[in-house]
Amino acid sequence: MASVLFRGIQTRPFLLYPSALLSRKNGVLFCTTKCSQSQTATQENQQTQMKVSPRTHTKKVEKILHDYEAIIGIETHVQLDTLTKAFCSCAYLYGSQPNTNVCPICMGLPGTLPVLNSKVIEFAVKVGLALNCNLSMNSKFDRKQYFYPDLPKGYQISQFDIPIATGGFIELDLPTEYGGGHRKFGITRVHMEEDAGKLLHSGNGSYSQVDLNRAGVPLLEIVSEPDIRSGLEAAEYAAEIQRLVRYLGVSNGNMQEGSLRCDVNVSVRPIGQLEYGTKVEIKNMNSFSAMNRAIDFEISRQVDLYSKGEDNQIIQETRLWEEGAQRTVTMRKKEGLADYRYFPEPDLPEVVLSEEYVDNIRASLLELPEVKRRRYERMGLSMQDVLFLTNDMNVADFFDATIERGAEVKMAANWIMSDIAAYLNNEKLSINEIKLTPQELAELISSIKGGTISGKIGKEILFELISNGGTVKALIEEKDLVQIVDPAEIEKMVDKVLIENPKQLQQYRGGKTKLQGFFAGQVMKLSKGKANPGLLNKILLEKLNAKG
Amino acid sequence: MLSSVQNPRLFFVRCRFQFHLPSKSRHFHGSVAVRTSETVMEPQTHASSTTPPSSEILTIRKSLLSHQKKAVDIAEEYLNRLRQTEPQIQSFLHVSENALRDAQAIDQKIERNEELGPLAGVLVGVKDNICTVDMPSTGGSRILEDYRPAFDATAVKKLRECGAIIVGKTNLDEFGMGSTTESSGFQVTANPWDVSRVPGGSSGGSAAAVSARQCVVSLGSDTGGSVRQPASFCGVVGMKPTYGRVSRFGLMAYASSLDVIGCFGSSVVDTAILLHAISGHDILDATSSKRVVPDFSSQLTSMELFESKPLRGLRVGVIRETLGDGVDMGVISSIKAAASHLEELGSTVIEVSLPSFSLGLPAYYILASSESSSNLSRYDGVRYGNQVASDELNSLYGDSRANGFGPEVKMRILMGTYALSAGYYDAYYKRAQQVRTLVQKSFKTALDENDILISPAAPSVAYKIGEKKNDPLAMYAGDIMTVNVNLAGLPALVLPCGFVEGGVAGLPVGLQMIGAAFDEEKLLKVGHIFEQTLQGCRFLPPLVADSLS
Repeated sequence: MASVLFRGIQTRPFLLYPSALLSRKNGVLFCTTKCSQSQTATQENQQTQMKVSPRTHTKKVEKILHDYEAIIGIETHVQLDTLTKAFCSCAYLYGSQPNTNVCPICMGLPGTLPVLNSKVIEFAVKVGLALNCNLSMNSKFDRKQYFYPDLPKGYQISQFDIPIATGGFIELDLPTEYGGGHRKFGITRVHMEEDAGKLLHSGNGSYSQVDLNRAGVPLLEIVSEPDIRSGLEAAEYAAEIQRLVRYLGVSNGNMQEGSLRCDVNVSVRPIGQLEYGTKVEIKNMNSFSAMNRAIDFEISRQVDLYSKGEDNQIIQETRLWEEGAQRTVTMRKKEGLADYRYFPEPDLPEVVLSEEYVDNIRASLLELPEVKRRRYERMGLSMQDVLFLTNDMNVADFFDATIERGAEVKMAANWIMSDIAAYLNNEKLSINEIKLTPQELAELISSIKGGTISGKIGKEILFELISNGGTVKALIEEKDLVQIVDPAEIEKMVDKVLIENPKQLQQYRGGKTKLQGFFAGQVMKLSKGKANPGLLNKILLEKLNAKG
Repeated sequence: MLSSVQNPRLFFVRCRFQFHLPSKSRHFHGSVAVRTSETVMEPQTHASSTTPPSSEILTIRKSLLSHQKKAVDIAEEYLNRLRQTEPQIQSFLHVSENALRDAQAIDQKIERNEELGPLAGVLVGVKDNICTVDMPSTGGSRILEDYRPAFDATAVKKLRECGAIIVGKTNLDEFGMGSTTESSGFQVTANPWDVSRVPGGSSGGSAAAVSARQCVVSLGSDTGGSVRQPASFCGVVGMKPTYGRVSRFGLMAYASSLDVIGCFGSSVVDTAILLHAISGHDILDATSSKRVVPDFSSQLTSMELFESKPLRGLRVGVIRETLGDGVDMGVISSIKAAASHLEELGSTVIEVSLPSFSLGLPAYYILASSESSSNLSRYDGVRYGNQVASDELNSLYGDSRANGFGPEVKMRILMGTYALSAGYYDAYYKRAQQVRTLVQKSFKTALDENDILISPAAPSVAYKIGEKKNDPLAMYAGDIMTVNVNLAGLPALVLPCGFVEGGVAGLPVGLQMIGAAFDEEKLLKVGHIFEQTLQGCRFLPPLVADSLS
């Protein structure tokens, strides 16, 4: 009943680019959620981008930007992870059958009224505080009016002239492989609104279907100041927003599912010019790397037109990023400003915040990414390590817990970033899903540091702990893995190996010193990997070089 | 122009003041005497009875509990009358097939000695812009022809919980936009007092149905007077509660900040019982109030218990601006007589001025149109209602709406869209909101000094069908008495207080009493005393008077 199929409706703007619509649906262009959780914007970039090398691409843009400056502002829509929709009691589950997460209210049936989900306010206040904004203690909802089949009421409940938060900023660190650098971008405003449904277009474009599952899902729109200057900065800005909302637990921030959507405004001007150039809006970027590339493409396109004296060809329009062709194309031209006839939503009371309410939320905020990065930096970690560890809050928490249990900082970072991260990546797991606990990782590190076991044995134990759990102590005992640190015992084994390999010994003594590795391997094998490598090498070398 | 006040009571009243009311504040009453002396008094048949109206709800309850009558018999009595009068009145868009079955269920409950709800066996008409799950709900619009809601409006749900039988859906001006019920997309309802006249609107069907005793009580909705003006035209009691007193969930929105569901009854007690049943906070309406709902009818005692001056100490303000130019003489006379009657009952009556009163009408039409242009956007033919098939999206919208909406609705959508457009917003919508604030303040001041304010419910009595159809501004002007109350969100009770010559037996005049926010209790109490002590008037239309008396 609720799903309406209307044959023959031409949905013009989309028909031109059916591929763009499909890309979101089957959008497994990149990796899974979990995988992307442990990547920064640029790490994702390196993995997924085959066509253009980011470095050369960036260089090209840098050259262009010698004479011109790009002005970029971003509108980000963040879908809030509330149990129910913004104005009704429907749950929203991504991927449900069309029109199954709906009720009379979110379908806009006659006589229905919105009632605000208070979680939406709580999440908006959290984000507002985390973005260092001024909160409006008295704000309200407004209606934004336009007709489209995915908008059941004919208006979207949004906030217009009094958004819940304004005038903030966000800080981030650019990845070291791109030269690094700290950036601070202004946040113009954060406001609450409801999402619209979705249109599903038939393959041949002859009809479209309406799915209202998403209608009424709460969103925050975060608008940046036009402080961003390159595709890389834009992608890192978006990645930092994603990190922030995940840290705050207000959204899964998943771009592929559309939980985080960025509309980017790009304009270009010759360096030194004060007024902005004509801005162009870009949509349909499903990943940070796509954002990076789409923006850099658009900058080049606009600079090209400028340098040819054809800057009048840059018109105010919405352009769509085509992932396949790696370019932006015109989606619709803006003929004057759309008049949304905003007016205050009469069905909802004003949103009034009390100081106490805000203070409680402020007090409940956990350490945010920027603060964490600065703290890790002070611990002596390199920026690369800092960025890796802070990217995923779960990883950072694991790291913190490991250190709290006495592990040495650099070693803990290394273990997490190398073997554990590799395992997580291979198995598509998050750090919370493995059986290894920070307690045992700390134990493992101190066992290695204290010489109880070798690094090699440590690795074996690590994988055992990750997949089967247990404690380091029990594993060492159970498998008799305690390192052999008794020189006499090692000496015995060295002697045995030398005797058993006279030919190689001769060759060694004849000058083929590379064979030291061979002997070391044999001794290690004989000790079942338990010999202390330092001691082993020392004794081996003495014996090998002893003229005998 | 002479208007005829057909109320012998006036003689009595006038004599009374000439005796003892020459004080300063009585200046106003002096003019009553002058005006009424010009009117032509006629003997009337229907006014001979002086029995005050009694509660039909309580009578039904009594006869059910005492096993004098069966609910089925009561329902049949009303349904028979409905069938008899409906061809002339046309107040219903849909009559329930289940009314008798519902009545049988009540009888079975009685047989089983189960407890009866306060509205058990009471036939209630429901305005068709209020959703009912078992009957079509069209809002009087072709765009929702045959639309069946998935849920009951909260008010309807509460009625059913009280044992009420929803007898049918009453006619209205499309989506509540109009003052005559001529703008219905389906039919024109006639006034039971004179079938060549309009019943008022937009809740004309609900008012006419109660007036013709087709049902016991009914629900209407009031955005700018849509309960009070038809109550006045049809000679019934109409209550517009405080904004937020009754949940709007399930009421098809016209102007969300002004809409309220209201009640019609043939007596104040019935109206009070009905209001009590539907009031209260609703989690599905964020604008509904959490205030405690008093038992409105508990204080409405029988006449024998009244003191000699039952309204002693009550301060009544007559709104000066409502008795001036553009108001029919007969109406003015009736209201002045009513004021005298209130004074007779012990209250002090003074004249008050609401300077912003005349600004209310344009402000109302801007705000109501603006909100309606938004609220009616959902009727786009995509998900429900009538869709005009089309090859292209814009023409699907355009054709479905052009085909589905009537001219009055289209006009208001256009006006509202214009008022909200960029560049006009400040001059229209914003300014109208400023006027609204002024209106609220001036009511506040007046109600700080007075317990209730009174005025006519409409500047005229019921006029002829078609008379104002092509003159929307004249029709809009008829809302002058009521729109300010919606702008201020206040409660107001309209009750019949007299007659003006017209039709076969005169045409009723409604008195509007306005109270402070959430002070319905006081209005109902004053209204009840007024009604029970009003001499020589019986507000039963000739159409049904014979069969009932």
